[in-house]
Amino acid sequence: MNTVISVSGVSKVFNQGRDNRVSALESINLEIDSGEFVSLLGPSGCGKSTLLRLIGDLTSPSTGAVLVNGKSAAQARRGREYGMVFQQATLYDWRTVSRNVQLPLEIMGHSREQREARTQEMLKLVQLESFGRHYPWQLSGGMQQRVAIARALAFQPSILLMDEPFGALDEMTRERMQMELLRIWEQTKNTVVFVTHSIPEAVFLSSRVVVMSARPGRIAGIINIDVPQPRNFETREHPRFFEKITEVRECLRQGETNTHKGPPS
Amino acid sequence: MTVAQTVELGLDENQRDAQWRLALRRAASFLLILLLLCGVWEGYKALGQATRGKVPFTSLKLPIRPDDKSMPHLWTIGGSLLQPARRGGEDILLVILLKAALFTWREAVMGFVGGSVIGFLLGAIFGRFLLFERSLMPYIVASQTVPLLAIAPMIVIWGGRLNWPAWWSVSIISAYLTFFPVTINTLRGLRSPNLTAVELMRSYAASEMQILLKLRLPAALPYIFTALKVSATASVIGAIVGELPSGIQDGLGRVLLTFSYYYISGPEKLYASIVGAAALGILFAVIVALAERWIVPEGRRLSE
Repeated sequence: MNTVISVSGVSKVFNQGRDNRVSALESINLEIDSGEFVSLLGPSGCGKSTLLRLIGDLTSPSTGAVLVNGKSAAQARRGREYGMVFQQATLYDWRTVSRNVQLPLEIMGHSREQREARTQEMLKLVQLESFGRHYPWQLSGGMQQRVAIARALAFQPSILLMDEPFGALDEMTRERMQMELLRIWEQTKNTVVFVTHSIPEAVFLSSRVVVMSARPGRIAGIINIDVPQPRNFETREHPRFFEKITEVRECLRQGETNTHKGPPS
Repeated sequence: MTVAQTVELGLDENQRDAQWRLALRRAASFLLILLLLCGVWEGYKALGQATRGKVPFTSLKLPIRPDDKSMPHLWTIGGSLLQPARRGGEDILLVILLKAALFTWREAVMGFVGGSVIGFLLGAIFGRFLLFERSLMPYIVASQTVPLLAIAPMIVIWGGRLNWPAWWSVSIISAYLTFFPVTINTLRGLRSPNLTAVELMRSYAASEMQILLKLRLPAALPYIFTALKVSATASVIGAIVGELPSGIQDGLGRVLLTFSYYYISGPEKLYASIVGAAALGILFAVIVALAERWIVPEGRRLSE
């Protein structure tokens, strides 16, 4: 496996040099291989979203470097290697579903035929073929998020960055969307970095879970999820699934205790 | 037929139905209010005449005299439209009003278009460069606190020096009254997209221009149209006020001024002219609203 994303010695300080200075991330080292599904898991304030945004070059590190295929994160962003999905679907509500999926293709100057063909393909992938002419507000939250995924994948980026994409959905929809995402991932073979604060979600989806602790944000441990692939509804009842959930929970608790003791000197 | 297609068709039919019902309800409520206003007018007159201008059961005077001089019957006002405005005049009042309205409207449209373009550009520049907003906004606000009556004659005089047609000056006065709401709302609209919507664009490595055209501008449209509806009526007011110092004979401003001189002998003509001027403003605003329906998809309009 070749390393796609490499985060080395990264820290992030907000409001540097002011009274409300916050150290969001400290000495983060992380390598992600091609085609991996990695979750960043932790309590709120642990900097997991910040780490995702650093990888996606939506913010830059205070120290250290993020490399993507040997290039800087900024080069990777300009090279359009990232598909992003946020907690809010962030569909443009003056555009129909199809035109939302086409948006990145328009920006990148694809021809109309290419755009339309690609959009059809993507809507089929997320099983919304017949909703192309609807407006976003006519769709449910889960459907909107599927459109957002279709849009993120439309220009075939190699890396999918997802920031709590199912955080605003109800539990039933959420589990359905997780299955959906795995199905898509198996088809597209993207490298996925997925931010969540749900332990079962992280374990169910990921090949590795990066457990983070808060104040300052650190990696408390990285856990390999060797629950058999492909995952399906039976996975949630698999003994290995429960073992892994326990392991992740233990790791989270340890991270917390260490924080309360203060950083090691 | 798949489930999804059935859902789609059902949705569309329901929407069309709902639209019709909404349109009907609006038309009905408009007529109802109109009838109510007419009823209040005639009711006040009838009541006032019965009590000889007093508030019932008291000796207090009613604020407006209920006689036919101060408050002509609605049918007198309506009837005056079909009679010559002056004894021996050629045109009936309706034709005079229509001609004047058309003339004033031309000034107002030019002012509206010019003012809106300037207003939009200012908003777009302020939206892009915070420095300009900080330094120029106080003057923009100040420009609107100066009474229009004070600057209208100046603009007319300057226009005269440059040998412009008089109605150009009127259009400039109208534009002066028009641009401000457009600037403010353009600025608000361009800044309305949330951070995530902008970051999405950044993740596509979109250029500033693409972010403006594909995100900020479409997001701003409902805000801009709200301002344009205000500006449409304001431009008519600007044109009417602007006509007074410019000595223009052909517009609504002159008509209103003339009939206000003859208020004592023929109040119904002044009332008819006022209704005409108001109708012009409303018509203009309705045209802008229709343009909005055509351009902005239904779920995004702010004012509905």
